[in-house]
Amino acid sequence: MELDSGNAAWMLTSASLVLLMTPGLALFYGGMSRAKSVLNMMMMSFGAMGVIGVVYVLWGWSMSYGTQSVAGIFNNPFESFGLAGALLDGDGNYVLNGFNYPVVIDVAFQVTFAIITTALISGAIAERVKFSAWMIFAGIWVTLAYFPMAHMVWGGGLLSGSENSLAAAIFGVTDGAANVAPLDFAGGTVVHINAGVAGLVLALIIGKRKGFGKVPMRPHNLTLTMLGAGLLWFGWFGFNAGSAFAADGVAGLAWVNTTAATAAAILGWLVVEKIRDGHATSLGAASGIVAGLVAITPAAGALNPVGSIALGIISGVACAFAVGLKYKLGFDDSLDVVGVHLVGGLVGTVLVGFLSTGGSVFFTAEGAFGFGGLDQLWIQILIAVVAVVYSGVITAIIAIAIKATLGWRVSEDVESAGIDLAEHGESAYEGISAGRIATEVK
Amino acid sequence: MKLVTAVIQPHRLDDVKAALEAAGIRGMTVSEASGYGRQRGHTEVYRGAEYTVDLVPKVRVEVLVESEAASTVADVVVQAAQTGKIGDGKVWIVPVEDVVRVRTGEHGAGAL
Repeated sequence: MELDSGNAAWMLTSASLVLLMTPGLALFYGGMSRAKSVLNMMMMSFGAMGVIGVVYVLWGWSMSYGTQSVAGIFNNPFESFGLAGALLDGDGNYVLNGFNYPVVIDVAFQVTFAIITTALISGAIAERVKFSAWMIFAGIWVTLAYFPMAHMVWGGGLLSGSENSLAAAIFGVTDGAANVAPLDFAGGTVVHINAGVAGLVLALIIGKRKGFGKVPMRPHNLTLTMLGAGLLWFGWFGFNAGSAFAADGVAGLAWVNTTAATAAAILGWLVVEKIRDGHATSLGAASGIVAGLVAITPAAGALNPVGSIALGIISGVACAFAVGLKYKLGFDDSLDVVGVHLVGGLVGTVLVGFLSTGGSVFFTAEGAFGFGGLDQLWIQILIAVVAVVYSGVITAIIAIAIKATLGWRVSEDVESAGIDLAEHGESAYEGISAGRIATEVK
Repeated sequence: MKLVTAVIQPHRLDDVKAALEAAGIRGMTVSEASGYGRQRGHTEVYRGAEYTVDLVPKVRVEVLVESEAASTVADVVVQAAQTGKIGDGKVWIVPVEDVVRVRTGEHGAGAL
């Protein structure tokens, strides 16, 4: 094997792009929080970068990828603890992966996914959680929920297309691979369903902010949110096009599909708003961007560009309606992790079963328009359901354990006065004026 | 001496300032304010959640003048600030007992 420097260069670029998504997310979330808690909101993302950047190198890679799988759920964390033995061969040369670039670049690429996935959850529990509790949660959750999911889906585990997977058990095996393999191109299950379910469970266990649904909790700076959405879109090219693991046509297709779906989702979200609320809002556009990006994530390499447009519209419309659920059901998923990431992740993962050009409800295995069978749809639904259940159970156990020991919430006084000053000893803005104060929430 | 206070629409500030300068007024204090009168507020929608915004942004202009000039100054402000729409604001005049110029310690009309 010879080093493919083109692939190596693109994957280093992609890893860097995905890392940028987390500060982008901090801006996206920070703008949506209130002025008195913007720093804490952003620090939850930056804190995740700190914890997971360390944990991933120590045991994250080893738990996700390796040769010592435990029941197809996670890999032995000590097989390459601290990346020992994973990067160099016996002669001291960098080990190349199947795409002929060094495995160490895969580590770089994957750590950025673990960081952003964990950071996504923070939006569900904005403005009310002890920073220490969040940091401890981040380290435990990524270990028990994220690394196993990454192993199950991408590391040859239960939800992959390997010969030891559920798909192989259901559809049989040919040449060491399942006859029908689940498709999760860049993380519909591992990233978005995983984080979305975790957000839902945390919002339920930790409880609502004081005054949720009664006092106004308007976004304090939508310019930050729009900048954050733009950075997320930009970084997502690394996320999706990078998940081709090569600088090739699949990467190009993923890029185009990512943009087509995201553009369509903006339109879908804005049309819902215009009809329902009377205005196409900037927050709607920013949210539509994320809804489209989330939905195309599992599908970016499996659809054609027109199918991606359809998927984007559906996700934009579905998520625009889904973000209202929390008021009806009474849970404080503050920044709509459930409404955007769980719903968008489910939409994307399941629609692959309808729109994949490799054999799905609307496309034959040859990619022509026509009925291509239900097998792909079934396996997509199965991996989505397993992801929901796994993430839900694991997150609940961790959340209840933290609640019983350290405790999640800051005091009510701190919550009213603003968490920034109490938790970080800082305030984001000097002399912020009352400006336009909303006095009632309907 | 009188204090003329005007609460006006923010977008009328430049015209009011120019009109006051043209009327020979040499100083004023401008601050951001928020409030409502008959105008009341409006509704904003964020991700489908409606908020009633009662307090809307205004600008407060304060001018200290000799007593006899006060009603003229008030008229100048009203003319410049008026759009004829609801929410144009209010102007009021109150008597001032004394004024001191900080730099020199002068009292009364000389400090204006």
